[in-house]
Amino acid sequence: MSKPEFVYVIYIHATPEKIWQALIDPEMTKEFWGRHRNRSDWKVGSEWSHQNYDDASDVSVAGTVIESDPPRRLVLTWGHPNQTDVSRVTFDIEDFMGSARLTVTHFDLSPEMLKAISGGWPAVLSSMKTLLETGASLPMTRRNWKKAS
Amino acid sequence: MNIKNFKPAIVYTIYIASTPEKVWEALTKDEFSRQYFSGQSVEVEQRIGGAFIMRTPDGALHISGEVIECEPPRKLTVTFNVNWPALVEKLGPTLVTYEIEPSGDVVKLTMLQSHDRDISDDILSGGRAGWPAILSGLKSLLETGHAPTIKMAPPERMLAALKELGIGTP
Repeated sequence: MSKPEFVYVIYIHATPEKIWQALIDPEMTKEFWGRHRNRSDWKVGSEWSHQNYDDASDVSVAGTVIESDPPRRLVLTWGHPNQTDVSRVTFDIEDFMGSARLTVTHFDLSPEMLKAISGGWPAVLSSMKTLLETGASLPMTRRNWKKAS
Repeated sequence: MNIKNFKPAIVYTIYIASTPEKVWEALTKDEFSRQYFSGQSVEVEQRIGGAFIMRTPDGALHISGEVIECEPPRKLTVTFNVNWPALVEKLGPTLVTYEIEPSGDVVKLTMLQSHDRDISDDILSGGRAGWPAILSGLKSLLETGHAPTIKMAPPERMLAALKELGIGTP
């Protein structure tokens, strides 16, 4: 049996370019992704990492860029540093009548990872939508969750 | 009807900068639903056993159901039966639950579409495509005062699967 996957679709009143920027611009991710940044040159084969915005040595997720086709599609491997459990995430961005449809698919998940990310993606992506549509993110997603717990 | 026999087939969660009362209102009042639910008007009698109805913009009955659980502003469960010939007979009733929870300074809205039997992925494809669009629109409406037009293409895969089962489709 194949490993579980998690799919989340959200419609955002913004251009695909703005959504792509929101995924990689630290000044935007820190607002909706628990005060983290995603660091890479976003070229196929490059490393990428999900870091504490205030402390680059604090890396919670890292991996490799598998596909990078701005502003349409980004595919990353996704694993916690020092753990062998590696999953894969695709971001697909499509035009949709003046808005855009963002589909995040997280593949090859262990049951523990499935549980963890099923709570995370809806909050992060809901807040990204709010940031792009209103100029301000959802307050709860501006804090570093790890520090909060 | 024993709702214990129903299992969620589609679950969609979205966080909204609003209050539980406002989200409840958006889910149960037609002046809101017309803006984010493909132009459809919702009518709910807010009591157990009350009627739940959705009408298309031309006034035709599209969804008819009954209120099963009603705890404003936290939880609403209704039977959500599309008014197509033989649909309920072949698929059984469809249950839709909205759960509204405060989460930090915002609201967590969870929609569960449940069935009392296995439903094929082909048939579920309609709801899997539709709910994110509908609830993304509800969120925009409450946060910005405006729901973007998200006009979906007809769910061809679902319609073909229903037709195969002898269910009357438009």
